[in-house]
Amino acid sequence: MAATLPRIVIFRINSRAMKYLHYLPLLLALAACDGGLWNNPYPASDKGKSIYYSAFAERPKHLDPASAYSENEYIFLAQIYQPPLQYHFLKRPYTLVPQAASEMPTVSYLDKNNQPLPDDAPAEKVAFSVYEIHLRTGLNYQPHPAFARDTKGKLEYHALTSNDLSNIHALTDFPHSGTRAVKAADYVYQIKRLAHPTIHSPIAGLMVDYIVGLKEYIATLQQAKKKNPNTFLDLHDYLLEGAQTVDDRTYRIKIYGKYPQFAYWLAMTFFSPMPVEAERFYAQDGMSERNLVLDWWPVGSGPYYLSENNPNQRMVLTRNPHFSGEVYPTEGEAGDKEAGLLADAGKALPLISKVVFSLEKETIPYWNKFLQGYYDAAGISSDSFDQAVQVNVGGETNVTNEMKAQGIKLSTSVATSTSYMGFNWLDPVVGGSSERATKLRRAISIAVDFEEFISIFANGRGISAQSPIPPGIFGYREGEAGINHYVYDWVNGAPQRKSINEAKKLLAEAGYPDGLDAKTKQPLIIYLDTTATGVGSKSRLDWLRKQLEKLNLQLVARSTDYNRFQDKLRKGDTQMFYFGWNADYPDPENFLFLLHGAQGKVEKGGENASNYNSPEYDRLFEKMKNMENGPARQEIIDEMLEILRRDSPWIWGQHPKDYVLRHAWLHNSKPNKMANNNVKYLRIDAAQRDELRSGWNQPKLWPLWLIGSALALLGWGLWRVLRQREEAR
Amino acid sequence: MIAYLIRRILYAIPILIGVNLLTFSLFFVVNTADDMARMQLGMKRVTPEAIEKWKQQHGYDKPLLFNAHAEGVSKISDTIFFQKSARMFAFDFGSSNDGRNVAREIQTRMMPSLAIALPTFLIGLLIYITFALLMTLFRATALDMLGVSLCVLLMSISGLFYIIGGQFVASKLWHWVPISGYAGGLDSIKFVLLPVLIGVMGSVGASSRWYRTIFLEEIGKDYVRTARAKGLSELRVLFRHVLKNAMIPILTGVVVVIPLLFMGSLLTESFFGIPGLGSYTIDAINAQDFGVVRAMVFLGSMLYIAGLVLTDISYTIVDPRVRLQ
Repeated sequence: MAATLPRIVIFRINSRAMKYLHYLPLLLALAACDGGLWNNPYPASDKGKSIYYSAFAERPKHLDPASAYSENEYIFLAQIYQPPLQYHFLKRPYTLVPQAASEMPTVSYLDKNNQPLPDDAPAEKVAFSVYEIHLRTGLNYQPHPAFARDTKGKLEYHALTSNDLSNIHALTDFPHSGTRAVKAADYVYQIKRLAHPTIHSPIAGLMVDYIVGLKEYIATLQQAKKKNPNTFLDLHDYLLEGAQTVDDRTYRIKIYGKYPQFAYWLAMTFFSPMPVEAERFYAQDGMSERNLVLDWWPVGSGPYYLSENNPNQRMVLTRNPHFSGEVYPTEGEAGDKEAGLLADAGKALPLISKVVFSLEKETIPYWNKFLQGYYDAAGISSDSFDQAVQVNVGGETNVTNEMKAQGIKLSTSVATSTSYMGFNWLDPVVGGSSERATKLRRAISIAVDFEEFISIFANGRGISAQSPIPPGIFGYREGEAGINHYVYDWVNGAPQRKSINEAKKLLAEAGYPDGLDAKTKQPLIIYLDTTATGVGSKSRLDWLRKQLEKLNLQLVARSTDYNRFQDKLRKGDTQMFYFGWNADYPDPENFLFLLHGAQGKVEKGGENASNYNSPEYDRLFEKMKNMENGPARQEIIDEMLEILRRDSPWIWGQHPKDYVLRHAWLHNSKPNKMANNNVKYLRIDAAQRDELRSGWNQPKLWPLWLIGSALALLGWGLWRVLRQREEAR
Repeated sequence: MIAYLIRRILYAIPILIGVNLLTFSLFFVVNTADDMARMQLGMKRVTPEAIEKWKQQHGYDKPLLFNAHAEGVSKISDTIFFQKSARMFAFDFGSSNDGRNVAREIQTRMMPSLAIALPTFLIGLLIYITFALLMTLFRATALDMLGVSLCVLLMSISGLFYIIGGQFVASKLWHWVPISGYAGGLDSIKFVLLPVLIGVMGSVGASSRWYRTIFLEEIGKDYVRTARAKGLSELRVLFRHVLKNAMIPILTGVVVVIPLLFMGSLLTESFFGIPGLGSYTIDAINAQDFGVVRAMVFLGSMLYIAGLVLTDISYTIVDPRVRLQ
């Protein structure tokens, strides 16, 4: 019965499709041969162009300068927006220089009656500081439809109807764009946006303690929004005492007290200019449904603008044609000239016309594309470390011969960050200032050998920390003066971890001889909370168990997800934990505040995750935080570090070292851990890149012939066997 | 048949509500609205006020399933579940946690997913069936044994190995195609070649063996003997008669996956940097983005139901004895 089935459509389709399938290999070959290399992920038309190719691993969450606060957002925003200040590209220690400002801000001090005080007035007398910022000339916004004007001079796209938007899916769908000069009022407007009721700015909570009137301003805007929830909230209509426009090129920020670190905030994109036209443009009905929002389509005045925004695939920055007035630095630190970093001194920035960031989630394709020359620079994952870097007997690191043959160069720098293991000060076993707990913490600090950790798990990419302050930050001391003498001895010109016997002695003095509680005779169990849950984390936790086993202590690791971990920290439901901190700005205050009592996580919801509390330390911190860098500040910092080392609220852990590889055609690459706006200084030798890429990536054709021949032979063989079988029937 | 289809579509509604409720329950057993806010707001300087503000702005400040403080219908409607789920039945997927329109994202990402999944499916089907027919043709011979052994070998290798090995050989050693990445239009061909090849390779063992079993089942039937008795060649018997009659079991497994091709492949898209729906789902799960997760699960369930209905319809096409009532 089944044999009588009618001829079905699907077979006809298949037989037709089969005919076309014969043409498929030809089609594929044609597609591959677009005039360039077969494995080139970029269009052949990019050849010879001054384009910088880089990658990003995680899509940015925010591109609104009021909200963005993480590395993966700054790599884009720092090229697009122009805060008044920036870090000098070459000088170390990190130095602030003007960016949009014509000069460094002038700071004047006022008493509580708003009367001027001399520049050297003591901090306790200063009730307000006023930062006056003058903008340089020639600042202009990127081309954007929000600025487009019609023939009558009216903003063209500010009264769009749903009909107007019917064919609009991206910014590029607007036929016209415009620009305008940046005004001081735009900087003031952005400061006001930090308080906007519908924008979450992570620094708003911090800034209410500094910018005069910001707290009240937040309440005012909330009221206004509540009253008219569907109306555009024009911040120009509401005055903020702490941010005032003086004239088109001058504005003032008034802050409470003396806070020298405020200048560092002025180098962050939170304080970039924001044109009200942009906000009005995006606030129109129908825009957010098309993903046309300020949080995704920045409007800046920096050297580049976001011309393609596809965080699922690639983000493209194109040179802002209206950008001018900034040149490559003419001076740097010792050795920069010899390294060729001043070869472009005085040249107009930016030096590259386009930047292509491709989404690369996995390290293996990222690394291989770098080796093929399709990324200009790359970090090194642990898997590729041995292939890329060799360490000689003297401990010096360099690229391997394989890398050298490709002309790849290595730059290393210590990150302005610290990763540590904290003890919870509120825990009855390891916390508190008692001698017992202090000795227990010190014993554990000696036992956990971070030099070994760095060597095993980070391929030596890090330095063991002696305090929370990393190298490159004021307050860090080199040599013997800088070691934590509770954990290290200075032996033969280098720090050497104290012996495990000393740790055992401390443990016995703490009431845990041989790891047993002297009273209960029960072994001491230490609980570690960590977010390490992956397969790779097991070896780290095993290693840590072994470190504590040196003291006969038992470690129980409580692995959890990041949210649960944060919850535990907030409730103080931890004993020991892994944590870290990346500097906001290069000042010791930004590290030492992590142990300030007023920042206690449980009591105040602050950043002191250990809940460390020392009145002595807090008093010194209050004194140090507003001081200018100098011997007096260093002296106080030394005192503070001595208290911290003595109390050991953290196992100081490590300061990671960043290793970056770059190809020979990439010039002016110098690690700067504070600034993210380095792309404008980079230069590409596109001709050299094309030549080397071409040499490295010629397709190998012999496997194609081999596979083709094997398939043909197999087909022929089968056909013959079949024929023989048919003939035999 | 129309009555049947209408009935199946009506059946789908309670199923979709159930799936939605299950997704919602599972998601909020593991995560809280506070967790979602923290994930979105980042790691530094996140205050309790900021979390409350975020929840309010994104509609996560309501009770989960039942609002005891509300009156009447609002007890049900003024909840996170109702607010977030009801609109989906009108295909309004709302926004992701980062404020992007989910429907637009799905629309954009559908094509890259299809660019990989559709050729993998079609080429794969052609190769698996051909290979299975050849094994059937040479059944109980050394060639058949060799084919089956090859299938077992290919089945035993991890999918990840095919990806990494394929990238190493085809891209790194032989420089044939880009290791990863994607481009629109015709430019996409060089990016999808390797993922498609690997996708086909990855399933050739299991699928060919499955089809071989189906064909072997058919080949012992009377109509095959009749066809042979008529003097038809073995190739003709297999490709014109056996294949046609084996369509019901083949379609059972094949048609149901056709709508799901839109959903993409999680692993392949991630390794090859394909901006499709598979990677979208994985990213959303990692980012605890309920808006995207519920939309993708809803879409997946809906497409699966559509696949089942299509399978039923396809039976009527290949077997006239089947009637949908």
